[in-house]
Amino acid sequence: MEIAFLSGKGGTGKSSICSAFISLAKNVIAVDCDVDAANLYLIFPPENTIETSYISGKNAIIHQDKCIECGLCKELCQFDAINIIEGKFEIDPVSCDGCALCFRQCPSEAIEMIDSDNSKLFFGDFRNGSIIYGRLSPGEENSGKFINVVRTLAKEKSKELGIENIIIDGPPGIGCPFMSTITGVDKVIIVTEPSMSGLFDLKRTIDVAKSIMQEIYVIINKYDLNLEVTNQIKEYCLEMNIKIVACLPFDKEIVDAMINSKTIIEYNYDSDISKRIKEAYQIVFKS
Amino acid sequence: MNIAIASGKGGTGKTFVSTNLFKTFQSLGHSALLVDCDVECPNSLLFFDLKKLSDTIVKEYRPIIDTNKCVYCGLCYEYCEYNAIFYVPELKQIKLLDNLCHGCKACTVACKHGAIENSSTEIGQVSFFVDSEKHIFLEGRLKEGKIASIPIIKSTIKEALSLSSDFVLIDSSPGTSCPFIQTAVRSDYIVLVTEPTPFGLSDLKQAVETLDSINKNYGVIINRSGIGNIEVYDYLEKNKIPIIAEIPFSKEIARYYSEGKLAVSYLSEIKELFEEISNKIIKNGNSIS
Repeated sequence: MEIAFLSGKGGTGKSSICSAFISLAKNVIAVDCDVDAANLYLIFPPENTIETSYISGKNAIIHQDKCIECGLCKELCQFDAINIIEGKFEIDPVSCDGCALCFRQCPSEAIEMIDSDNSKLFFGDFRNGSIIYGRLSPGEENSGKFINVVRTLAKEKSKELGIENIIIDGPPGIGCPFMSTITGVDKVIIVTEPSMSGLFDLKRTIDVAKSIMQEIYVIINKYDLNLEVTNQIKEYCLEMNIKIVACLPFDKEIVDAMINSKTIIEYNYDSDISKRIKEAYQIVFKS
Repeated sequence: MNIAIASGKGGTGKTFVSTNLFKTFQSLGHSALLVDCDVECPNSLLFFDLKKLSDTIVKEYRPIIDTNKCVYCGLCYEYCEYNAIFYVPELKQIKLLDNLCHGCKACTVACKHGAIENSSTEIGQVSFFVDSEKHIFLEGRLKEGKIASIPIIKSTIKEALSLSSDFVLIDSSPGTSCPFIQTAVRSDYIVLVTEPTPFGLSDLKQAVETLDSINKNYGVIINRSGIGNIEVYDYLEKNKIPIIAEIPFSKEIARYYSEGKLAVSYLSEIKELFEEISNKIIKNGNSIS
């Protein structure tokens, strides 16, 4: 079974709660799909890590000695990536999407496609199984494609090692990385918090998730920070026929656990929060 | 001056800082514009009582394949760098996989048989709002189910820069990849908001690495100080990264935020703190440019 933790809004506690689930699952493949801000490895430092490089895309460059300044590349580019700087055609690597159209059409073969980055993929063992995470090169594009690579490796390892459960810590937002994370997973747990922003983002996240899959659960973190909004979230989930599997109180112990590189389950197994997470875990895995 | 409010990690308080900072800039008499570029989850405008003025639809190029004219030569398939064309010549099957398409137009240029027509698809919008005092607000919003955030971020910032304002405050997306860099690259100064936790520090380091790679000037606001540990302070000191301010953790602040209210309007110590932050940002930003 493949389960993903998501949240439209960032910082709702996805990684902390996801890591608690990983503790409870015992033998599991843990996957961090938040490839431009991976955190799971801080709680589960891997051993015997295997590091591989991944080229996520290409960028075009113009060789000035061959450029005849015809302007065709600039005309064709849909990403406004080609600028004329001091009379010379230059490609802005930030805007270049790597579509290679300019490279293919240039009449003087002045354009070359070069590997645009060197993202890293890590695989290792940790105390509850195996962990896989990616680290996108700073400022790189194509995180959706990279997430697919991370997830494919997770599935291969799951088969190879005979570990059935895959738990994914997902990215914030609802765009490209979100879509790559949610597509094909069995269950999704959306972690939200009771604020106007949290509620707004939850609605957007559920709308998109519902168009893709069936089994969606919600966890309200820090529910006691605003009981009124918590009730609004409950009403909304009821209306959308989505089960809320836990309401977790605000508790500084979550941060204390993180500082000690432990999950809340490991840090205080019998605490109120741990109890509530265990119940949620039962519901999600047994249904 | 364009000021981006960003962070590697989500939920550290970007929107909290952007909205309260905007209110403070106004009360100090500066002409300022608030722009929400967190297009996947825009939240900034929830904190203000606004009237919508207009929407500008953002579109992306899409090809339409005419199977009557298609000769199944496969050149469009070969040109597509995104695997967005599903092509099985043996079965005379060809179609566009819309969610993989980046709208680069390569397939259309490739086709020598006039079998691909130009079209476009709506991916989001840029909206203009106004408050009772005629202050302008902008919001970029990705259409639900669409994945291309970048063109919307670009359009939103382009619209913002066409308006004349001394200060443009941009609430950016979390993360350190494409949406973040698109905002950062168009800004004069970046305010990184972090929290003093291991997750916060790890993501801050990645954001710093990105900003250094594009030579941008920035400072850090440590939000929720008092929770977590001191590692972030050691890191900032060691790397000589300026701390703009620390905002103490308080349940009261969290409560106002959760209600969609601005803490600077209710808590005098927060109001003073944000005045200090505003002055520092203006000073830091100006000393560079």
